[in-house]
Amino acid sequence: MTPSTLTGPKPALPRPAAGAVLRFVQRNAVAIVIVLLMIALSSLSPSFLTARNLLNILNQNAPLAIMAAAMTMVVICGGFDLSVGAMFAVCGVSAAWVAVNVDPVLGLLAAPVVGLALGLFNGLVVSYLSIHSFLATLATAMVFRGIAILVTGGTLIPVRDAAFTWLGRGTIGSVHIAILVLVVAVGLLMVLLNGTVFGRHVYAVGGNEEASILSGIRTRRIRTLTFVLSGLAAGLAAAIAVSRVSMGNAGIAVGMELEVIAAVIIGGTSIYGGKGAIWRSVAGVYMLALINNGFNILNIDPFFKEVTTGLVILAAVAISATARQK
Amino acid sequence: MAQDRDNVTRGPGAPAVRLVGIRKAFGGVDVLRNVDLVFRQGDIHGIVGENGAGKSTVGKIAGGYYSASDGSLEVFGERPAVWDPVAALSRGVAIMHQELQIVPHLTVAQNVFLGIEHTFGGFLRRNEAARFAAIAHSCGFDLDPDVPAHRLSVADQQKIEIMRAVAREARVVVMDEPTASLTANEIARLHATMRRLRAMGRTVIYVSHFLEDILETCDRITIMRDGAVVRTSDARDETKATLVSGMLGRSAAEVAYPPRPETADRAAPPFLKVVGLSAPGIRDIALQIYPGEIVGLAGLVGSGRTEIARAIFGADRATGGQVFLRGRPYDARSPERSVLRGIAMVPEDRRKQGLTMTQPVRGNMTLLGLSRFVRLGLLRRAPEVAETRRLIGHFGIHPAQVDGDISTYSGGNQQKALIGKWILNDPDVVILDEPTRGVDLGARRRIHDAVTELARAGKAVLVISSDIDEVLGLSHRAYLVRRGRIAGEVRPDHTDKDRVLRHLFQTEDTSDAERETA
Repeated sequence: MTPSTLTGPKPALPRPAAGAVLRFVQRNAVAIVIVLLMIALSSLSPSFLTARNLLNILNQNAPLAIMAAAMTMVVICGGFDLSVGAMFAVCGVSAAWVAVNVDPVLGLLAAPVVGLALGLFNGLVVSYLSIHSFLATLATAMVFRGIAILVTGGTLIPVRDAAFTWLGRGTIGSVHIAILVLVVAVGLLMVLLNGTVFGRHVYAVGGNEEASILSGIRTRRIRTLTFVLSGLAAGLAAAIAVSRVSMGNAGIAVGMELEVIAAVIIGGTSIYGGKGAIWRSVAGVYMLALINNGFNILNIDPFFKEVTTGLVILAAVAISATARQK
Repeated sequence: MAQDRDNVTRGPGAPAVRLVGIRKAFGGVDVLRNVDLVFRQGDIHGIVGENGAGKSTVGKIAGGYYSASDGSLEVFGERPAVWDPVAALSRGVAIMHQELQIVPHLTVAQNVFLGIEHTFGGFLRRNEAARFAAIAHSCGFDLDPDVPAHRLSVADQQKIEIMRAVAREARVVVMDEPTASLTANEIARLHATMRRLRAMGRTVIYVSHFLEDILETCDRITIMRDGAVVRTSDARDETKATLVSGMLGRSAAEVAYPPRPETADRAAPPFLKVVGLSAPGIRDIALQIYPGEIVGLAGLVGSGRTEIARAIFGADRATGGQVFLRGRPYDARSPERSVLRGIAMVPEDRRKQGLTMTQPVRGNMTLLGLSRFVRLGLLRRAPEVAETRRLIGHFGIHPAQVDGDISTYSGGNQQKALIGKWILNDPDVVILDEPTRGVDLGARRRIHDAVTELARAGKAVLVISSDIDEVLGLSHRAYLVRRGRIAGEVRPDHTDKDRVLRHLFQTEDTSDAERETA
C-alpha cells in the first residue's frame, strides 16, 4: 500500500514551492505577458526596442491609460462606468467649441471640468437613485452622446491653434507632454487609492457594502466620488486627444468604454469589487498596445490582430479566474 | 457500480473512508498535520475541536471539497486518483455544507435531482414524483416536491441536501456544522435522520461544536486540536468534560465565565439611556447602561434583540422614542454619527456585516480609526501596522500576520479581529450582537475576557446572545426581550436560567393579551 498523492482541480498544489510560483504567475499575469511580449518583439524586429517606438506607444495610449486608471477605482468600488466613451466625446467637442468660440487654453480646461460635471451626474444617479451602475451609465452614455452631437450640430469643429494643440502634440526634449500628464495623473490616482482614507474606503465599500455602512462610511459619497474621478479622467484624456487631432468630433470614442474596461479586467482587478490596483489596469492598456504595435511593425494581416487581441484577453482573464478559485 | 467490490470492504465496521498522513495547507500555513483517521461504515462519526483546530477541513477533505496537500485517502478500499466533489459523489461520498447549496427558485424536487435528472432523449421527464416519494420515504421526510426551495426554512432546506445525497446513493454523508441555524426541535429531527441513515448502513461524518449533540448522536468521536487528531474513541467513553479537556488540552474548569467587574458606577449618569424606542419589530423599548456596566439582552431568535441594537446605533430608522448619550439627546442617528460619538456595534453576522473579506487583517481592523494614521492627507503605514500588531497580540489572533488573508481565518479568529476593529477607536458604548456565535471555546473565553475588560475600563457594554448562559454569565443586569418588547429585567446573580427561559417562552396567550391591552 503505497500512499498516492491526492490531487484535485481546486488547489492542485502538490508542493508549497510550486504553489508559490503558480500564485505569483496568477497575480502578475499581466506584467509577465508584457515582459514576454517585449522580449518577443525585440527579437523579431530591430525597430521595436527603440526609445522612439516605446515613447510613441506610451504617448498614443496615454488617454486610454488615464481613463483605465480612474475606471479601476470605479470597479474596485463595485461599479462600472459604461459612459466613459460618451463623456470623452462630450468633453472633446466642448473643448473644441470653447477653443474656437472663447479661448484655446480655456478650451483645454473645459474638457476636465465638463468631465467632472458629467461624472458627478453619473455618481449621483448611481448612488442616490440606487440604479445599478451598469444600467445607469448605459443610459447616461446615450444622453451624453446626444449632448455631444448637439454641441457640434453634427459637424466637425477644427481647431488649428498652437495654444490648443501643444497638449497632445508637444514634447519636452523627446518626451511627449501627454506622457508627462499620464505619469502625473496616474501617480495622483495611485496615491489617492493607496495612500488615503478615501482609497481605503473605496476598497471597503466594494468589498462589503453592508459592513461599510455599519462602519459609518458614507458609502454613497465614496461611490459618487469614484464616478467623478472617472469623468474627470475622461475629460483629461479627451483634452489630450482633441488637442492631438485638433478636431472636435462627436462621433469619436465609440466603444472606447469597452477597451477601458477590458484593460482593467486584463490587469486582474476583480469585477466583483474590493480588489485590484491601478498599475494593473495601466499595464493592461499597454499590454494591448504592445500587441497592436507588434502587428504594425511586423506588418501582419490586421485580421489576425483582432483574433490575437481577443485570445490574449481571454487568456489573461482565465489566468486570474483560476486564481480566484480556492 | 459497487456490486463487484470485494466483500471485505463492505458491511458495517469496515472502513468507508480512510485518511492516511493527511496534511493540508492554505497559503503556506498548515491547518492539518499528519492526520490519520478511519470512518467506518454504518457509524455516525463526530468530529469536535475548537474552530481552527481543523475539524471542518477534515470533513471537507473526506467529502472531496478540498484536496489534501499531502497524504493519501482511501474510499471503500480504493485510492481515487482524483479527489474532488464530482469524484467523491461518484464514489458515494456527499458533503453538506454549512452554507447550503440550494438553487432558490427551483422546486424541492428539482433541487434534489439537480444534475441527475432522468431524461428521455435529452428532454426532462416531467414526472419524477414516484422517485421523489421513494427517497422522501426512506429519509422519513414529508416535503412538498413542488414548492420553490427558497420558501422553506433552513431546516427543510437541509432536508433537500440530505435527500440529494440519498438520491445519489451516497454511502457517506459529511455534515459540516449542520445545526448552527436550527431550532432545538429541528435539531432533534436532523439527529433522527442521521440515525435513519445509519440504519441504512450509511456513514455520517458529523462536524459540530455542540458537544451535547455529538455525545447524544455519535458512535465514535474524534477530537481535533491544532490541526492534529488528539484521539478517536467510542462515544460512550467520552463525557462533555473529557471532550472539552481534550479539545483545549486543559481542564474544563477553566472554561467558566470571567468574574464580573465591580458593580458599575451608579452615581454617574448612564452612558446610554433609551426611552420609548420604537422601530419595525420593536416597541416602546426602555433601557439604560451605566459606565462600567455589562447589560445583557436575552431573548429568543426573532424577539427583536438585534432590532433594538440597530435602532440605537442608527442602522435602522426608529419610528419613535429617544436615545440619550451621557444625558444628551442623540437624535437623527446613523452609523456614521454613532461611530463619531463613540458607539460601537459589533454586528451578528461577521461575514456579511462585519468584515471585508477582500481586505487583509490590517485593512479590516483599522477601518474605523484610519484618521489617526493620517498626516498631510496621507495614510502612514508604520503606525497603522503597529496598531494592528498590538490588537493582534492583545486578542491572540492566529495566524498573527498583519496582512493575513482574513477570509481563510477560523471563525473565532475572524470574530476577535472584528471586535478589535470596533474597539480600536476606544468607544464609550459597545454593543456586541452574538459575539461568540460559531466561535471555538478558546476564542469564546478570550472574547468574554474582552467584554469584562471593556467594562473595567469604564465602558457601557450591551451583550446580545441567543446563548442564555452567556448573557447571564457575563452581565450585571439583563433585560428580557419578548416579541419586540422589554418583558422584564433580571439580575443574573439572583436569577437562574430556568426562570429566565420560562419567562422568555411564555405562552402565546399571555402575549396576545398583552398586545390587546397595549
